[in-house]
Amino acid sequence: MEHSSLAGRIFRGVALTLILIFFMFPIVWIFLMSFQTNEQILRIPPRILFEPTFANYEALISGQLRTAAGNLQISFMRNLFNSVVLSSAAVLLALLLGVPAAYAFARFKFRLGESIAFTLLSFRFAPPLLVLLPLSLYYQELGLNDTYFGIVWVYQLIALPLILWIVRGYFEDISPDIEHAYRLAGHSWREAFTRIAVPLAGPGIAAAGLLSFIFCWNNFVFALILASADKQPVTVGALAFVTASGIQYGQIAAAIVLSVTPTLLLALYAQRYLVEGLSLGAVKG
Amino acid sequence: MARLEINAVSKAFGAARPADGLSLAVEPGEIVAVFGPSGSGKTVLLRMIAGMFEPDDGDILVGGRSVVGAPPERRGIGMAFQNFALFPHMTARDNIASGLRASGSEVASRVAAISKLLKIEHVLGHAPRELSNGQKQRTALARALIGNPDVLLLDDPLRNVDAKLRYEMRLELPNLLRRGTAAVLYVTQDYREAMAIADRLAVLIDGRFAQVATPADIYAQPASVAIARLFGDPTINLAEVSPVAEHGMLSAMVAGARMRLGAADGAASPGSCWLGVRPEDLAVSSASGDGAIPARILAITPMHEKAVLLLRLADGTEWLAALPPDAPQGAADDSVFVRFASDAAMLFDRATGLRIGPTHRLKAA
Repeated sequence: MEHSSLAGRIFRGVALTLILIFFMFPIVWIFLMSFQTNEQILRIPPRILFEPTFANYEALISGQLRTAAGNLQISFMRNLFNSVVLSSAAVLLALLLGVPAAYAFARFKFRLGESIAFTLLSFRFAPPLLVLLPLSLYYQELGLNDTYFGIVWVYQLIALPLILWIVRGYFEDISPDIEHAYRLAGHSWREAFTRIAVPLAGPGIAAAGLLSFIFCWNNFVFALILASADKQPVTVGALAFVTASGIQYGQIAAAIVLSVTPTLLLALYAQRYLVEGLSLGAVKG
Repeated sequence: MARLEINAVSKAFGAARPADGLSLAVEPGEIVAVFGPSGSGKTVLLRMIAGMFEPDDGDILVGGRSVVGAPPERRGIGMAFQNFALFPHMTARDNIASGLRASGSEVASRVAAISKLLKIEHVLGHAPRELSNGQKQRTALARALIGNPDVLLLDDPLRNVDAKLRYEMRLELPNLLRRGTAAVLYVTQDYREAMAIADRLAVLIDGRFAQVATPADIYAQPASVAIARLFGDPTINLAEVSPVAEHGMLSAMVAGARMRLGAADGAASPGSCWLGVRPEDLAVSSASGDGAIPARILAITPMHEKAVLLLRLADGTEWLAALPPDAPQGAADDSVFVRFASDAAMLFDRATGLRIGPTHRLKAA
């Protein structure tokens, strides 16, 4: 970097700024929108400078949506809570099931092993809408409709294959000799799994967990069909802002800001694991 | 105190048979080196003993008790791996201590004792990635030794360390391994290492033990031409001969010269044979005479402790001679005469490669 000329450095700075603006603009714009009223948002030409209002956030948090047609009850905070509960539970369950399964697929050769692993991956191929109709019929029969457990279960279609296939690769990168060495030192295979394999695949497990959390958080159709209002996550809850008297852009923007925040915080926290995890497999160390 | 016994162990992977009826016993306190070219089944044998996979056939006993089917952690085996296999997320201290099931203070004192012995006390707090290859290898050895296992398996432990350290460890290891009473099986691809470290050598070729004997015996009396070629640098010289017995003495024409090959054992001539002569048993001079093979020097490689001459015999066969550095060597392209003592000649059956008449060819060891 020290070798580059002044002109080069200026050019690089300008280019980086332009790229940053290009990619960040929608997010910044939504952030600004969340502090504006519907009238301010729809004004032509739009203005960067405006008098900020916290009305959108107040409405979301209090659950009272004031529109031209009157007051509407919305349960945004409830939706946000549902999103956190559903995504966390789904990822925890998928980790609990997927990490041992990934280890089995990585370490042991067994009959139909590859077929089972591929079948699990193929869940990702099926269009969710095709799966949903029969699934909702089964769920009604089983009484799983509109339950947290039912949605967490169906979220396994998203999270389990992802965790299974990412973590499997990490387990395969660990030399089996390391585990053999631990077993010869007098430890059972269960101890070798929990004390050697899992810590060494840790970055991969963190990365897979974070990715599947994001995918679960952003899911829309499963919860739309299988859950009613009090179990729905934010993605579905945002539909409430499309009201009879128009679309509440300000509240939608505020809702987006609020619903992005948890995943953003989680991603920032897990970033170092994620980067380490995404690059660890490439470089044999 | 436990003896390691391998009884007719076989293992097949598809068409490959890396172990084909292997039998071997290692006494407590004894070091047996399993030596063989790569792909001969050395590592497979170790892994069957360690319990990473089970033999198809045969039995493995530690202290008279069969360990086939037992999980690795119940076999009383310590092992050092060629790639070290240290736990990357633990310090050297925790790596070494992982082999112990004991209370805190005892762990600390035993780790201290073994690391002092292996001269790695100063790096105990380091993670494996901060260690040099030599330190990694010592850490791996310490981990294998600390539990005082009945059987110690060393899978080519000096393969990945540099030449100087390898030399030091060759001197150090036998003392280190003989401290305990473990039966030691040492796998290596380096015949010098095998000969330096082991009490006995087991030569493994194509999944079978071709010869099990002391290093000196294997060098002086290899059981077959294949084994003779594995030991020695430069490798043994070979020539096709058809010996004849006359007045109780064997002799054969080698490149136009009649060479005496020692006393004939039986009445019959052995038929078509390989004649083997070690390079250091050849004498090279400019004087012609009886029992001298005419040859031409093609090249001379000075190696400081010896000089290696590449010779072309009169019939075109190329032989190597290893001479002391102060011996007159001549120059490239010189015509010379090659001699060897009759007791230095080894004869191997052409068809089977097996050695013929080993008894009367015993070299003074």
